[in-house]
Amino acid sequence: MSRSRVGAVVLRILYLYRGSPQRIFPIFVWVVVDIALWGFLTRYLNSVSRSDFNFVPALLGAVLLWDFLTRVMQGVTMTLFEDVWSRNFLNFFATPLRTSEYLMGMVIAAVTTGLMSLLVMLVFAQVAFGLSFLTYGVALAPFLMVLFLTGISLGIAASAIVLRLGPASEWLIWPIPMLISPFAGVFYPVTVLPAWMQAVAMILPPSYVFEGMRSVVAGSPAPWDRLALGGGLALVYLVLACLFFFAMYRTVIRNGIIARYSAETLT
Amino acid sequence: MNRPSPPAVLKVERLAKSFGELRAVDAISFHVAPGEIVGLVGPNGAGKTTTINMILGVLEPSGGRIEIEGVDLAVDRSRALAGTNFAAVYAPLPGNLTVEQNLRVFGMLYAVKNLSERIERLLVVYDLGRFRRTKAGVLSSGEQTRLGLAKAMLNLPRLLLLDEPTASIDPSNAREIRAGIAKFVDSGHCGVLWTSHNMYEVEAVCDRVLFLSHGRIVLEGDPKTLPREHGAASLDDLFVNVAQEALDERGRS
Repeated sequence: MSRSRVGAVVLRILYLYRGSPQRIFPIFVWVVVDIALWGFLTRYLNSVSRSDFNFVPALLGAVLLWDFLTRVMQGVTMTLFEDVWSRNFLNFFATPLRTSEYLMGMVIAAVTTGLMSLLVMLVFAQVAFGLSFLTYGVALAPFLMVLFLTGISLGIAASAIVLRLGPASEWLIWPIPMLISPFAGVFYPVTVLPAWMQAVAMILPPSYVFEGMRSVVAGSPAPWDRLALGGGLALVYLVLACLFFFAMYRTVIRNGIIARYSAETLT
Repeated sequence: MNRPSPPAVLKVERLAKSFGELRAVDAISFHVAPGEIVGLVGPNGAGKTTTINMILGVLEPSGGRIEIEGVDLAVDRSRALAGTNFAAVYAPLPGNLTVEQNLRVFGMLYAVKNLSERIERLLVVYDLGRFRRTKAGVLSSGEQTRLGLAKAMLNLPRLLLLDEPTASIDPSNAREIRAGIAKFVDSGHCGVLWTSHNMYEVEAVCDRVLFLSHGRIVLEGDPKTLPREHGAASLDDLFVNVAQEALDERGRS
């Protein structure tokens, strides 16, 4: 893998962000809006609830972590979309750039924007609503890592779909996190789901993260064995997503789509 | 004593591409030697761009073989393309990056050594210095073409693919650009495959020309002598004859 070529993919994205407030805006502003909305809701729930249950870490913490996953996924897909919108595939893939290097560049760009979003969310949640993830210290890292790997896998799989089906399939991929969230038990324990939904939750790495976080917030020790299972699943999905992307790339090279990638829909 | 001719920078053997029933490129073979400019001409739909896309590795052939500097493209695409570059009117560089940013990003993709110096040199050669901080998308089409050519020369390619490189450039600039490319090729460093619909241009710059029709090479030779050999007054007339024959053949089939 060439560092220069991976660097070129990342540098292209950095150049775009550097000169474009409209690209930087969503990294900071939408996450703040999301945290504010859920922060006030949890405050309200705390004020009307008769139990001692603290909604702030349970709900606001869940929103923050789910937002992180969504931002990472979007970070990957946005890198691809920049090339879709500027019709750059022919220019990029007619160079010595390897598919794996392109993917690595997408991931690095996603890590950068995802971590920036996470930092903003952590600071704002602490300052405005007193939610401090720092109290969990390094124990938080494995939870974030599983979400990060899942976000990357989703982003790569979604990019492969767009590569194969064309720019219009953008509308198919944005709702993916929303489709997954009811099964992942982001806001409630997986046990409240019907049996078939619980079966789906078992194969979703985020469900292990959110179950684990609820356990930690309730004062129990972190279920590391369950989290390790979630991490293993996330790694499997990452490998599958990469293989899916390579397969779709082979298809568009075979049928010539990549050389004329500008049509609204490609079938 | 005859010196052995240098190995071809591009060797294409029985290259074919089918899209379903349509045979867009039909088992063509040709080569480009270092220091040689080969014209690839033919009517619309003859298979020129399909051929170029296969050589660029963005379209998988249905059959045949492409070797760039002795490296089989199907075996090691990345190494084969390291010494290749291209410019085409239908592939403008990203309009949301500035001229300098584009050259830097593509220079890194080709792992160009002393990149900053190379960029400065190309900005001068292609008269783009005053646009270095201008977004490529707001340049005129002629300026965008010059930027595409500057990008194509970033890595001092051994094989240069030019698909109608002067299509949107005024005659004076086009002449200058043709002269610049010819000078670069004269150094013996690089071979060029040049497609164009401008027969004057083909005659002026190409050492050899390949006429493509229905995905097949139907004529090959020196563009200066080829018209006479085939009873045409000029290369332009020969092109029209070949295109007409292709149309007639299509009508019969």
